[in-house]
Amino acid sequence: MQKEYLYYPGCSLEKTNFAFDHSSREVARGLGFELKEIEDWNCCGATSYMSVRELRSFAISARNLALAEKQGKGDLVTVCTACYTVLAKTHNYLKENAELREKVNHALAAADMKYSGDVKVRHLLDVIINDLGLEAVKGKVRKPLEGLKVACYYGCQLSRPHGTFDDPEFPVTMDNLAKALGATPVDYPLKAKCCGGMLMTTTEDVCLKLVKDLLYCAKEAGADLVITCCPLCQVNLESYQAKIKKAYGTDPALPAIYFTQLMGVAMGLPGDKLGLGSELVDPRPVLAKYTGNGGGR
Amino acid sequence: MANPEPLKSMGELHQIFLEDVYKIPEGENIKQCIQCGTCSGSCPTSYAMDFTPREIIAAFRAGMLDRVLKSNTVWMCASCYYCTVRCPAGIKLTDIMYELKRLGIEYGLYPKGATAPVLSKTFVKMVDKYGRSPEVELLSRFTLATNPFKMLGMAPMGAKMFLRGRLGIFPKRIKGQKDLEKILKSALETVKTEKEA
Repeated sequence: MQKEYLYYPGCSLEKTNFAFDHSSREVARGLGFELKEIEDWNCCGATSYMSVRELRSFAISARNLALAEKQGKGDLVTVCTACYTVLAKTHNYLKENAELREKVNHALAAADMKYSGDVKVRHLLDVIINDLGLEAVKGKVRKPLEGLKVACYYGCQLSRPHGTFDDPEFPVTMDNLAKALGATPVDYPLKAKCCGGMLMTTTEDVCLKLVKDLLYCAKEAGADLVITCCPLCQVNLESYQAKIKKAYGTDPALPAIYFTQLMGVAMGLPGDKLGLGSELVDPRPVLAKYTGNGGGR
Repeated sequence: MANPEPLKSMGELHQIFLEDVYKIPEGENIKQCIQCGTCSGSCPTSYAMDFTPREIIAAFRAGMLDRVLKSNTVWMCASCYYCTVRCPAGIKLTDIMYELKRLGIEYGLYPKGATAPVLSKTFVKMVDKYGRSPEVELLSRFTLATNPFKMLGMAPMGAKMFLRGRLGIFPKRIKGQKDLEKILKSALETVKTEKEA
């Protein structure tokens, strides 16, 4: 277990999903390690940059890996699953393809940078489950979430295709984590299905159906709330519930928060430090029911 | 954004596609497609695609890649990677989707009025400018370019996000913006040199 991990927050965690950033840092601190943000990181490129340019996409992504290599030792931790996939893909492809590695390093050299391929890209969930362990998490729980029913939604890019620590078809790490916090994960067959991601911006009707399925399934399973490990999933899950009601008849009325926020609540951390209250569907009433204090507030 | 490149022939499109796909790690697996349809059955959005993922490879073999590009197909891919992890032949279909998106943009082969290519191109512009993705500016520019009337409809959600401190209105450039520009320029030169060769 490292005392400090290099940390890549990613663009969407700066503002839109600051709650994921704040809660990740707070929870890490509470668990006894620091997330040290790499200085002056740039966008990983996400899905969009790769859709327009290939080599340049790998090059800007690799600048982050080169920065990580320069600024510290050990693993690079992300929490956004899209950043996780893009950075891991860049690392893996540069490793597997010598020609690509050479071209990318040639581009980096224009800014006196180099990536030698030594950075291990990891997701915070992986670090918590595998470096720290669930027993240690249990030891930090101050307000067990007994009775709280949680749908653990993994989405796509946590375990597909570059994930190393969970099953691409049927991931379980978040379910085990929820159990360690005292909550009850519900049976959620759609947990690794796609929310549509950026399609919500370009083809809303197609994407709305996917999100409707995810929310109705969680609701039917009896979930009080959904936890997620991806900022885009969180936005898609909570922001379109009024439209889903209009299009499909039933209001899902289901809060969607980050797994780190749920951890923070169970660890007794103050809700404002976890970004609780920044959601469009307020999770605090249901959290208050099970912790007696409005999710730590 | 530069104007689309002219294509000499459809044969050239197939040639470029295949060369690029072969460069993807294990890219040659595309030859092993047995048309089983696992990809199409796994795809969350194939229900809305003009050609399903399986049909893309069939269309490629039939020399009809231009028809695929001009359909809504590749822009419906959300990059969920189900096809990639499930394909029994180990074909990285998500990477192939990216390749097709790039070819579509490069040669101007995408459906008229398609908004997804506009979003991707706007995203690239924003990242080139700031080094990061300024979400508010990105969505505003995209909406103004594709459906200005929607701006009004977005206002209520925007206001809610603003009140919750979730709107970043003043994007900042990263300190290493000049470095990023140098990296991009150098990579572009490599791409150009390769093309000429």
